[in-house]
Amino acid sequence: MTIPDIVGAGLIVIGAGLGIGRIGGQAMEAIARQPEASGKIQTAMLIAAALIEGIGFAALFAA
Amino acid sequence: MRNSFFSKKLVAVIFLIAGFVSAQNHEGEEVETGAHDLKTEIKEYIDHHLLDSHDFNLFSYTTDEGEHKYVGFPLPVILWDNGLKVFLSSEFEHGEAVAEVDGNYYKLYHNKIYKTDAQGTINYGGHQGEETHEEEAFGEHLVVDDTHPTNEKPLDLSITKNVVFIAAVALLMFLMFRSMAKRYQKSTMPTGLGRFLEPLVLFVRDEIAIPNIGEHKYKRYMSYLLTVFFFVWIINLLGLTPLGVNVTNNIAVTFALAMITYLITTFTGNKNYWKHIFWMPGVPVPMKIILAPIELLGTFIKPFSLMIRLYANITAGHVVLMSIIGLMFIFKNWIGSPLSFLLAFALSLLELLVAALQAYIFTMLSALYFGMAVEEDHH
Amino acid sequence: MEKLLEEFSLGLFVWQLLLFVGLLLLLRKYAWKPILGAVEKREEGIKEALEAAEAAKKEMQNVTADSEKLLKEARAERDALLKEAREIKEGIISEAKEQAQAEGDKIIKQAQATIESEKKAAVADIKAQVANLSIEIAEKVIKEELSDKGKQQKLVESMLSDIKLN
Repeated sequence: MTIPDIVGAGLIVIGAGLGIGRIGGQAMEAIARQPEASGKIQTAMLIAAALIEGIGFAALFAA
Repeated sequence: MRNSFFSKKLVAVIFLIAGFVSAQNHEGEEVETGAHDLKTEIKEYIDHHLLDSHDFNLFSYTTDEGEHKYVGFPLPVILWDNGLKVFLSSEFEHGEAVAEVDGNYYKLYHNKIYKTDAQGTINYGGHQGEETHEEEAFGEHLVVDDTHPTNEKPLDLSITKNVVFIAAVALLMFLMFRSMAKRYQKSTMPTGLGRFLEPLVLFVRDEIAIPNIGEHKYKRYMSYLLTVFFFVWIINLLGLTPLGVNVTNNIAVTFALAMITYLITTFTGNKNYWKHIFWMPGVPVPMKIILAPIELLGTFIKPFSLMIRLYANITAGHVVLMSIIGLMFIFKNWIGSPLSFLLAFALSLLELLVAALQAYIFTMLSALYFGMAVEEDHH
Repeated sequence: MEKLLEEFSLGLFVWQLLLFVGLLLLLRKYAWKPILGAVEKREEGIKEALEAAEAAKKEMQNVTADSEKLLKEARAERDALLKEAREIKEGIISEAKEQAQAEGDKIIKQAQATIESEKKAAVADIKAQVANLSIEIAEKVIKEELSDKGKQQKLVESMLSDIKLN
């Protein structure tokens, strides 16, 4: 693993982290606003987070 | 009432597993050489742990005479090399000997079987002809193995440790659910194991299949969703036990699972699904032409991300967990070792969650893709 | 990525595929179908039982309403019967009274007629007797006259004073 690889990996992790964090935060807000829709929000949140995670992993393996 | 029962059981299971995990590194204790050697040893151990192997090793240790002893049992090796070759992995003697079958010689090298000459010579053609190269990374001096043997590789269809484990889990699942199914013949209420499993089955049906696929079409996918959910979950959980056979951190395993999801999606996709891929309705024609390859690529990316997610989560979890356990033996003092023990304990708990979560996400996303494939046109 | 490709084991892939598909088919036949079937059957049973209970409740309500209606009708009928009976009773009584009145009147009339005829007979009888007496008296008077003229006069006078007509 060379230095550029590590920096790239770090950037990927930061990006993915920000993305998933944002999804989680917004989902919390949405649940607080509409607790009765929490099931649907959770499902949508997991799907979105999983997609970002997938991209993140793909990039990590490419790095 | 049911919840508290579950949580009690869960706590019991967690303690059990945490105990096992901490018991997992008795092998490491045998190492008495210096700190740097210890680090290498731990790294090798982790690498070894993550890889599949041709024999079922329970543990190994070094005797006072410096001899490596392995406790376990050999597994059958099945090769296709101009004919079927079957022999026991004990002939390799853990990579230390050359196995001779029908006049051909095979050697185990880094858990892969290569065809060699009678002396078991491995030809290297790797990084500028060097066996290893050294580099600075993570602020440490690392020795990176950079060898690529150029020997011929026969088609290896051996019953490896992971295959044994997969078969064991398959058998376990079959017995579990068969007995559960049989009990329904006697009464309509679940009894025994069914009381624990039925809510999970219903969870897969009511929370995963029906919302994603739809009330009318979910039935044909239930078998796959249930099987994959319980398979991934059970195999992840068993990967956390001291046997520690990590099946889902093999890309081949997750690839097979993702491929089945892809095949089911492709073969059950209706007209509407294909229309959305090749001729996206509701967008101008130039966009349709641009979108078609992207959407087509998307159909491959979806199962690919399924494969990578499961593989990476489990692998990362195990690497981190084992590294922290390894730290215990590097610190060897009153502050560091208990600290890393606590950390390992907490991480084990997290891994239990991850085991279930990854099974859930895999099933959930599979269901979502199936749902997309059978969605009716509603424009 | 290279590491992943290098790690990929075709043997493991083939075994995983075979074992998993085998497990899937076996479980589908021997476990999932019976389990899901039983669960579905149970859920259907519960649904049906609930529906049946609902229907029974409705039926019960209907029955209650019906019985109330019947009771009301019965009560009305009873009232009607009682009223009719009372009317009949009154009719009978008044008829009886009338009949009795008529009979009584008839009897009284007959009695009166009888009395009248008796009276007539009695008067006739008296008249006859008076005539007889008159004749007798006349006889005696005649006899006295035959003896004494004064005496005869006296006798007639005394006799006339004796006779009292009723």
